[in-house]
Amino acid sequence: MAVSGERADVLRDVSFGLDRGLIGVLVGPSGCGKTTTLRIIAGLDSDYQGSIVRPAAGRLGVVFQEPRLLPWRTVEDNVRLVAPGADPAMLATLFEVLELTHHRSHYPGELSLGLARRVALARALAVAPDILLLDEPFVSLDDALATRLRDELVTLVDNRALTTLMVTHDIDEAVRLADRLFFLSSRPARMLAEVPIATPRAARTTADIASIKAEIARQLGAATGITSTGCQCGSGQEIAR
Amino acid sequence: MARLASLAIFLAAWYVGSALAGEQMLPSPTKVAVAIAAEARSGDLFFNLAVTLARVFLAFALAMAVGTAIGLLMGRVVLADRLGDPWLVLLLNLPALVIIVLAYVWSGLTEAAAILAVAVNKLPNTVVAVREGARTLDRGLDEMAQAFALPRWKILRHIVLPQLTPYLATAARSGLSLIWKIVLVVELLGRPNGVGFEIGIAFQLFDVTRILAYAMAFVAVILAIDTLLVQPLERRASRWRLRKA
Repeated sequence: MAVSGERADVLRDVSFGLDRGLIGVLVGPSGCGKTTTLRIIAGLDSDYQGSIVRPAAGRLGVVFQEPRLLPWRTVEDNVRLVAPGADPAMLATLFEVLELTHHRSHYPGELSLGLARRVALARALAVAPDILLLDEPFVSLDDALATRLRDELVTLVDNRALTTLMVTHDIDEAVRLADRLFFLSSRPARMLAEVPIATPRAARTTADIASIKAEIARQLGAATGITSTGCQCGSGQEIAR
Repeated sequence: MARLASLAIFLAAWYVGSALAGEQMLPSPTKVAVAIAAEARSGDLFFNLAVTLARVFLAFALAMAVGTAIGLLMGRVVLADRLGDPWLVLLLNLPALVIIVLAYVWSGLTEAAAILAVAVNKLPNTVVAVREGARTLDRGLDEMAQAFALPRWKILRHIVLPQLTPYLATAARSGLSLIWKIVLVVELLGRPNGVGFEIGIAFQLFDVTRILAYAMAFVAVILAIDTLLVQPLERRASRWRLRKA
């Protein structure tokens, strides 16, 4: 990872759990190892020490930071490739909700980034996953579109009670979506704070969000305070790249 | 239109050359055309064309299939690349004639030896092209396939091969012309039929007309294959590129 070719720890002593059906959001400064965490959970990175417990036979749906669609297959074929057994009615609903119905026979090269992101989301949901992993799925979209997509995502996730882990560096987005927030420090990332949010997503008002953010700032302040006194434990759970 | 004009200029130059050099050295296009017609009437032309074409296709298929497999392996596995590279350099630089003669010496003047010798000549070319393509494969798509647990054959069919298409097309096009040239040598040296054999006979009789008749007929066949088969396949494989909104 490091330019000099030295091995550098990306994560250190990171551990957390997420209950079934909840949305967890990993927040941290960019480059801190959020994506690495997600890749390890997705089984794409095996260069780590530690353990990952996923529900047995849990199907995985992944939305990467870039859409990662096959340019030589249409939108519909891209989705069908990973979900060959998907129920046509379910797919139709999915395309409908994500407003992709008119783009089913388009090629990814004909789509805007926002549309391509939605196709990637549709693909991840089409496999009827038990776990959904999202890596900054709304980054570099304009606010209005991001808000709309966020709402669509929440609808889809709540309807299926699927366990979701999302990575973002946008605290507003995190507070709006999460049942549980995980804050990572800068590299090598440690868990700074774990914040459960009790208020249901739909009932969160602007005031709620502001107060949650204030609470987070307080907790994070405390966490960084501890760090500065030099309590940095280096037990076995190091993750190196 | 430009292609027709180009063809007309070629024919005109041929007539002029023939007039200057004399019919003995360079027979005119008309004379060659008459010779082609005569060979076609006797049936020899089609028989020899078919025999040569069959050899071309067998050797081509063998070289493409094996070359693609080896190229993919070498492009993706560093150890395979390290181990295979010296062999590749050796094969690339081994003259076609050496391979052909060795094949005939080792396994006799057989059909299998002939086709194998041609395929081995083409093999390193395919490997180099496919290896180049395999090195450019998109890691992101790879990971996507892994995350969604796609079966291996699906990854090969829908993710790897489409990315290799341009490289395979290049290998196929250069391969077809290379192979037919080598097939003629193989036929000349150790086969009792085919275009190469006929040209060998014509050479012994200094029958330039016959040489040109067979050469032209076969070039026409290869041209037809390129236009009617290779190009449409290429267009079909890259149709997603053309449909930009």
